[in-house]
Amino acid sequence: MGRITLKDVTKSFGETQVIPPLNLEINDGEFVVFVGPSGCGKSTLLRLIAGLEDVTSGSININDMDATNIPPAKRGLAMVFQSYALYPHMSVRKNIGFPLKMAGIEGAQATKKIDEAAKVLNLTDYLDRKPGQLSGGQRQRVAIGRAIVREPDAFLFDEPLSNLDAALRVNMRLEISELHHQLKTTMIYVTHDQVEAMTMADKIVVLRAGNIEQVGSPIELYKNPQNLFVAGFIGSPKMNFINGTSALEYDAHTIGVRPEHLRASKSEGVWKGVVGVSEHLGSDTFLRVNVDGIEDGLVVRAEGDVELYHGDTVYLSPENDSRIYKFDRNGQAI
Amino acid sequence: MATQHSRSAAKLMNAPAVFLLLVWMLVPLCMTLYFSFLDYRPLRGVYEWADGFENYARFVSSSSFTDSVLTTLIMVGGILMITVIGGVLLALLLDQPIWGQGIVRILVIAPFFVMPTVSALVWKNMFMNPVNGLFAYLWKFFGATPIDWLSQAPIFSIVWIVSWQWLPFATLILLTAIQSLDSEQMEAAEMDGASALSRFAYITLPHLARAITVVVLIQTIFLLSIFAEIFVTTNGAFGTRTLTYLVYQRVLESQNIGLGSAGGIIAVILANIVAIFLMRIVGKNLDN
Ligand SMILES: Nc1ncnc2c1ncn2[C@@H]1O[C@H](COP(=O)(O)OP(=O)(O)OP(=O)(O)O)[C@@H](O)[C@H]1O
Ligand SMILES: [Mg+2]
Repeated sequence: MGRITLKDVTKSFGETQVIPPLNLEINDGEFVVFVGPSGCGKSTLLRLIAGLEDVTSGSININDMDATNIPPAKRGLAMVFQSYALYPHMSVRKNIGFPLKMAGIEGAQATKKIDEAAKVLNLTDYLDRKPGQLSGGQRQRVAIGRAIVREPDAFLFDEPLSNLDAALRVNMRLEISELHHQLKTTMIYVTHDQVEAMTMADKIVVLRAGNIEQVGSPIELYKNPQNLFVAGFIGSPKMNFINGTSALEYDAHTIGVRPEHLRASKSEGVWKGVVGVSEHLGSDTFLRVNVDGIEDGLVVRAEGDVELYHGDTVYLSPENDSRIYKFDRNGQAI
Repeated sequence: MATQHSRSAAKLMNAPAVFLLLVWMLVPLCMTLYFSFLDYRPLRGVYEWADGFENYARFVSSSSFTDSVLTTLIMVGGILMITVIGGVLLALLLDQPIWGQGIVRILVIAPFFVMPTVSALVWKNMFMNPVNGLFAYLWKFFGATPIDWLSQAPIFSIVWIVSWQWLPFATLILLTAIQSLDSEQMEAAEMDGASALSRFAYITLPHLARAITVVVLIQTIFLLSIFAEIFVTTNGAFGTRTLTYLVYQRVLESQNIGLGSAGGIIAVILANIVAIFLMRIVGKNLDN
């Protein structure tokens, strides 16, 4: 079981309110990702759930029990920290076994659990090393191992991959997703990387300044963003926003169109512009097109072998009117 | 500094200072060595070569030698124990956010600035005096007979006085070590179900191991030569005669410079043995 419910939870540090009243429901077995820009309160929210910070008001229920005032160790949650927070003087085996030891489980039973966790995480060969003798990815896995052995009701991850290089990140991303499929335990995962959010989550919670902007599955957020912020945050490269006369044609204050929903042509189209920087990725080419009247220009995804270069004139048009997102003056979707 | 020329110029400029330092250090050591092979008793007008290692043999074979070595070890050990344990506890306390933290920290460091002679006198006369001392009042207040600390528990008293002086040093070093502990480690341990006591035993203490060895090493080197505190309080009586004090007595009270010098050299050798021994342990602790 791993049902977590937040009811009107707020958090203030002194005078500043970091989390305004917030309600959230996390179901058993779900992979929930908190995503948002730096400083929006993701870590704070996670630490509130973990019990490492006290809520200012509101309540947190875990498995339908009020856990607001229960100490962290008793909440049945395990946390993986951004810095890994391994115990530097203990071997990998002792690190992973520490929660067991604290729970009074020792001897053969503990050894068995540690060995199992090590096997799942490919750490068997490193059990006698100290954390200082491991690579970043291995340390990350030890931290996860330490969380696994406790068999918690839910795992909490705070940007666990941000210290790893790009290739390893992709790898660990897959491993954590795989782990979720194996264990089927609730996982709450904090990141500011929208790619991680899109690829791993069952449910994404988009946060801005402590507020929940939208909750939904990755596809839902991609297809039906409720406001400008979510529209701009989900998707890579980010959505193009157009104000002014073009938007008025659609009866909106702002319209948005994703780079992958724009077509580039050399002869005709809605918006005329000049190709600026282009990024050739092989499979795709992202063209940055400077258009008169659109401040930030437009980004368009074209074929990998498109014959458009810096300085060329190009016409852009939306692929399909249904792929245009309309927003009112307050940035809410229409 | 990079060119050949400027480097040799720098060496030349350094030379007088280095020479002075060398002379400063080596001359007294060599003089002591030289005296240790003399039978030199100024008051009797004796000044001649001793019979080989006679002075050394006499110094080592006297019963007060083993006693003084033992006293030294007990004192240094006792002081180390009190300062390290007390230092860890105080550092833990000072690490907590408390009101008036800055002032409390300065107060804790204050004893370090008091001269050893002064602090020993203050303790002797204001606290441990069996008639007028504060402890005597305290004892009388509870209806007990006041203790004459310096004659009834002389070693303990001196250990206590010196510990009081060195506690700030230990506290300061241990406090900085505690503050360098990653707070996420503590939180991880908390989530892992460790109680405050287990967190201290399994996380804080191992983290402090390095700082503790440094404290032990530095203090040992200084504590092996405590003198003022003994001189001011017991004058070496009641079994408080350390090796340093014994050397002093041989030279000044017995007016036997040769014997005292031999003792001084032996003290240097013993201190070096202790230092090497400690360095080994520290080296091991600093490695991982
Ligand atoms: N202990 C604290 N005291 C005061 N303010 C704090 C404290 N911890 C966090 N904050 C503030 O709360 C806000 C949210 O911080 P939080 O660490 O939750 O951000 P985040 O979303 O995790 O950001 P990042 O992606 O950079 O990790 C920030 O503005 C931060 O300055
Ligand atoms: Mg954070």
